[in-house]
Amino acid sequence: MHKLATEFVARGADLELVGIRKEYPGFTAIENLDLHIPAGEFFALLGPSGCGKTTTLRLVAGLDEPTSGKILIGGKDITATKPHERPVNTVFQSYALFPHMSVLENVAFGLKQRKIAEPMPKAQAALDLVELGHLALRKPQQLSGGQQQRVALARALVNRPSLLLLDEPLGALDLKLRRQMQIELKAIQMEVGLTFLHVTHDQEEAMDMADTVAVMNKGRIEQMGAPEKLYDRPKTVFVSKFLGQSNLFVGEVVESGIESVSINVSGNKISVPKARAENQNGTIAIGVRPEKAMFHEQEPQRSSEVNLIGPGEIIDIRFTGVSNQYLIEIPAIGNVTVFAQNIGKSPVVELGAKVWVSWKVEHSFGLADLPANTHTESISVV
Amino acid sequence: MRKFSFGKYALAIYSLLAIIYLLIPIAYTFAFSFNDSVKSNISWRGFTLDKWTGVCNQQGVCEAFANSVLIGVISTLIATALGTMIAIALVRYRFRFRSAVSLLLFLPMATPEVVLGAGLASQFLSMGTQKGFITIIIAHVMFCLSFVVVTVKARVASLDPALEEAGRDLYGSPAQVFWKITFPLLLPGIISAALLAFALSFDDFIITNFNAGPETTFPKFVYTAAARGIPAEANVIGSAVFILAIAIVMTVQIRTSIKQKRLSK
Repeated sequence: MHKLATEFVARGADLELVGIRKEYPGFTAIENLDLHIPAGEFFALLGPSGCGKTTTLRLVAGLDEPTSGKILIGGKDITATKPHERPVNTVFQSYALFPHMSVLENVAFGLKQRKIAEPMPKAQAALDLVELGHLALRKPQQLSGGQQQRVALARALVNRPSLLLLDEPLGALDLKLRRQMQIELKAIQMEVGLTFLHVTHDQEEAMDMADTVAVMNKGRIEQMGAPEKLYDRPKTVFVSKFLGQSNLFVGEVVESGIESVSINVSGNKISVPKARAENQNGTIAIGVRPEKAMFHEQEPQRSSEVNLIGPGEIIDIRFTGVSNQYLIEIPAIGNVTVFAQNIGKSPVVELGAKVWVSWKVEHSFGLADLPANTHTESISVV
Repeated sequence: MRKFSFGKYALAIYSLLAIIYLLIPIAYTFAFSFNDSVKSNISWRGFTLDKWTGVCNQQGVCEAFANSVLIGVISTLIATALGTMIAIALVRYRFRFRSAVSLLLFLPMATPEVVLGAGLASQFLSMGTQKGFITIIIAHVMFCLSFVVVTVKARVASLDPALEEAGRDLYGSPAQVFWKITFPLLLPGIISAALLAFALSFDDFIITNFNAGPETTFPKFVYTAAARGIPAEANVIGSAVFILAIAIVMTVQIRTSIKQKRLSK
């Protein structure tokens, strides 16, 4: 595969969206989108259905026109050009393989359209790259879902586009095949060095494959960054919930020191490092990931480096294999989730046990907004 | 001992009777195409192949048949081309009065032919148009059009728009995408629409009779001839058309079943 891949190495170009807005009769799909994807990057647009991510992709492909704004590829303004004039190829969610052509003819289609010499050998090489060379003469409907997906990928890659768009390309595959294709897709991207714009609603897929993830919600980008950074420090409630799980605590800021900010949640003090807090005044939400929190059967020593709440009662235990998930109800605060790895270190507890929950202050994150169901009283939301 | 089941045989007998009932007129027509008739072709006078070998000897039969074929081909081509475009427009584009157009297209199918034929005839009369070949074509295109639109529309609706988008994405201009992707995928629908249109046009008597003027078509010839006994040559042509139609249908059926077998391998 390695040798073949070099044939398809193309110089990926960077993509820039400037002030993109897309209105449909009755609703606005994209509000005001500015985005820059550097050349050669694997970029994921992540969001729930209806957040505008597929619309963004269609605008870049030229299948829809933005209401306002500019699209630049490699510094060239292509906003007004037709889809067939753009150096962009798409892997469609439904694959959209032409049923009246063989697999090979499907892959050669783009080359023939551009009158490139020797389209058939090049198409064959692209099929070999995705390890389907032996099925070149079949019709698409004779292939399995995973094979069709790879044909769609080869059909796009063979054109050496500056930018490859992937619209939920793995959405129709079953879980096992999807994980396998994720690895293959990432490997192909690294080998050919193309710029990939990948649209998905699967947060694991986005974090697993992309160099940069942009979380989209209601036609806006909520937060953008490397997957680890996004996960470690979500800035909004939406991101903290959509990317993994979070325990959120809402309260009035009662202390603002040099290093940290503390809120009062029903008499409990919860702190966040200043550098990790979006807001430092008024009522704010502080969160922690369930795997960063732990519980204790005896009340531990209080310390300024640790947030400690409790005691509460364990009301649910779920065994998931690698970890146990505990749901702990703490009076006046609410329910808190704690993940404990099954490495024989966490205490063996049963339902109803009385426990305290703690986590390091440095693992807290302060959000810019508040959960939608926030009352005047402080509560926690899982 | 096996119990005699009436129900089991009743269905078979009923089916047989129904098929016989359907086939009798055709069998009769076919049999009497071999009748050694002189003037009228009502009583059996002996077997002959003369009518098949010299089908054009009877005055007017072949001219009327050729006329019907020509009218059928021309109106089919026009109706299929127009109807396909209308069908694509109705499914793919949103425009003002779209649903009204959809509804109005059903009208010619629902209206009795006598009314359509008479209506058109009075139109031509008031416009002072000379009735003949052209007026027949106009009339046939009109009533074939709705059937073409309905048939092709179903095919367009089942076509995934992403296929055309993929064509555009892969450097196809709108015209190239139409001829390389949309058209080949619609072709089965377009062919069945065309066959339907041809059958309707070839077969039509009522509307044609109102708008033909001096022009004769095969159905019109048979109708006129019936007054003084239909010549056996008409039976020959009728049988030949029937055999041709059956042959076409069977070829298509066999081809699809071979294709499916190959696909399922």
